[in-house]
Amino acid sequence: MSDGRLSVFKTYKLYVGGKFPRSESGRVYEVTDSKGKWLANAPQSSRKDARDAVVASRKAFGGWSGATAYNRGQILYRVAEMLEGRREQFAREVADAEGLSKSKAAAVVDAAVDRWVWYAGWTDKIGQVVGGANPVAGPFFNLSTPEPTGVVAVLAPQDSSFLGLVSVIAPVIATGNTAIVIASARAPLPALSLGEVLATSDLPGGVVNILSGKTAELAAPLASHQDVNAIDLTGADAGLAKELEIAAADNLKRTLRPQAVDTGDWSADPGTRRLTAFLETKTVWHPTGALGASGSSY
Amino acid sequence: MPTTAPAFADATASDSALRRFLHGLPGVDTVGLEARAASLGTRSIKTTAKAYAIDLAISMIDLTTLEGADTPGKVRALAAKAVHPDPTDRTTPRTAAVCVYPDMAATAAAALVGSGVKVASVATAFPAGRAALDVKLADVRDAVAAGADEIDMVIDRGAFLSGRYLKVYEEIVAVKAECGSARLKVIFETGELSTYDNIRRASWLGMLAGADFIKTSTGKVGTNATPANTLLMLEAVRDFREQTGVQIGVKPAGGIRTTKDAIKFLVLVNETVGEDWLDNHWFRFGASSLLNDLLMQRQKLSTGRYSGPDYVTVD
Repeated sequence: MSDGRLSVFKTYKLYVGGKFPRSESGRVYEVTDSKGKWLANAPQSSRKDARDAVVASRKAFGGWSGATAYNRGQILYRVAEMLEGRREQFAREVADAEGLSKSKAAAVVDAAVDRWVWYAGWTDKIGQVVGGANPVAGPFFNLSTPEPTGVVAVLAPQDSSFLGLVSVIAPVIATGNTAIVIASARAPLPALSLGEVLATSDLPGGVVNILSGKTAELAAPLASHQDVNAIDLTGADAGLAKELEIAAADNLKRTLRPQAVDTGDWSADPGTRRLTAFLETKTVWHPTGALGASGSSY
Repeated sequence: MPTTAPAFADATASDSALRRFLHGLPGVDTVGLEARAASLGTRSIKTTAKAYAIDLAISMIDLTTLEGADTPGKVRALAAKAVHPDPTDRTTPRTAAVCVYPDMAATAAAALVGSGVKVASVATAFPAGRAALDVKLADVRDAVAAGADEIDMVIDRGAFLSGRYLKVYEEIVAVKAECGSARLKVIFETGELSTYDNIRRASWLGMLAGADFIKTSTGKVGTNATPANTLLMLEAVRDFREQTGVQIGVKPAGGIRTTKDAIKFLVLVNETVGEDWLDNHWFRFGASSLLNDLLMQRQKLSTGRYSGPDYVTVD
């Protein structure tokens, strides 16, 4: 530094259960920018960190899935507000991670914030779109409503370190699931910084848990974990995805395979595909009561 | 067994003699005790040793339900779980006992007939212990008559804290007399005794009065079993056996919820009093949710996959 001031390096840490632990294993690995220059050390999580994250997610699930859709939307919007305030930091991290120019990185961050707001709006609308009243032949109301699947392991995309990351996390939690996110192995810093944003935006601890490290090492125990209800394989290559799908089938996990449309820059309109990927449909039959002599119960 | 070991007959001759004896016990080095307990908690127990520790811990559990909302159905369900903790794996050991309130002891005894799992019943106006001696003794008689193999009594903390040690002593002796062949566990409620010195005094008081087991707490107050207070009680039973030849059991209760915690306690036992106590006749865990965590860890070891709460019973 020309003014003689020593810079203060940031220690990137995991985000698990609303706290910022180091990896249980004590390991870190070097994160470099797109040209190979050292940026920071990121924690290299172990399977035990993954296990702890599952416990935290499960603990948070009841409260988060039970919160009203309106309340979830408010909280997600609050996350977008916090992201907006840290745009410059994220733009810098994205530029380093993906080798983008300053202006392009800023555009990516803006798109990510907009994406988050877009999903925030969906929390109290998805029910009307995918649920509804079913016509049945009998004196019943028959109603279908979408319910969150549960604890979802998310393998974030490897290339798009921020817009892609936001695009896979937001739809999972918008519908009331809780998530364990494995950040891009090569570019985890935007994800780890996102943890700091989530921690300061009313999102209950444990709803999103962010791990960095080797994707295959972390994904394997999550895919076979009996207490994880679903897994999103977006960040897995073909070989790993196959392996994980086999492990996940063993305990009947809901699995979202890597999609061809999810490569590239993630700027396209995502549609509701990711929102509905981790929803279950609950249908209830409710008697309308006996029909009177006039043919109507009213 | 004589109610008071002959070596200490003088100590319990009068209130002042008992006070002199208890206050003559060496003071507890708080920092040293906590450091020792913490350092023993850092041992890494893996693979086959872990499998052994898990099975041992399961076999040491007093599976407990002490709620106002206990029903006969819940007690029977708990008894079934005690006999077959993991119905999908019959190699899982039984728990040591089922621990209930006296009015549920008969239900538990009927459900556990011939299973080898014992019935433990709390008594003496558990958990506060604030009742007249007659009432407490009647409580114990009821529990024993209902088929309890073990009685968990609470000491009168009010008397203990105000220095009336002989009253506490005589109460334990009276309860012991009512127990007959049932083993007596004496609960100190360490969270209410304020100091480690008091825990050491209570331990000796209980052992002198004829306790078969000394137990940390009821599980009904903020601070329950901790590694430090359990270590202190283990040291007391070790010293007591050295001086009298009589072996006394230890039971930490309350707040032990994870396999990791349970294994820490087993390490304390092994390092403090040795293998003689690594048996459910001499060491117990008072717990309920601990069993599910042990079962999940057991499933992880046998299948290689992490298990989840959906695969154990809800109780």
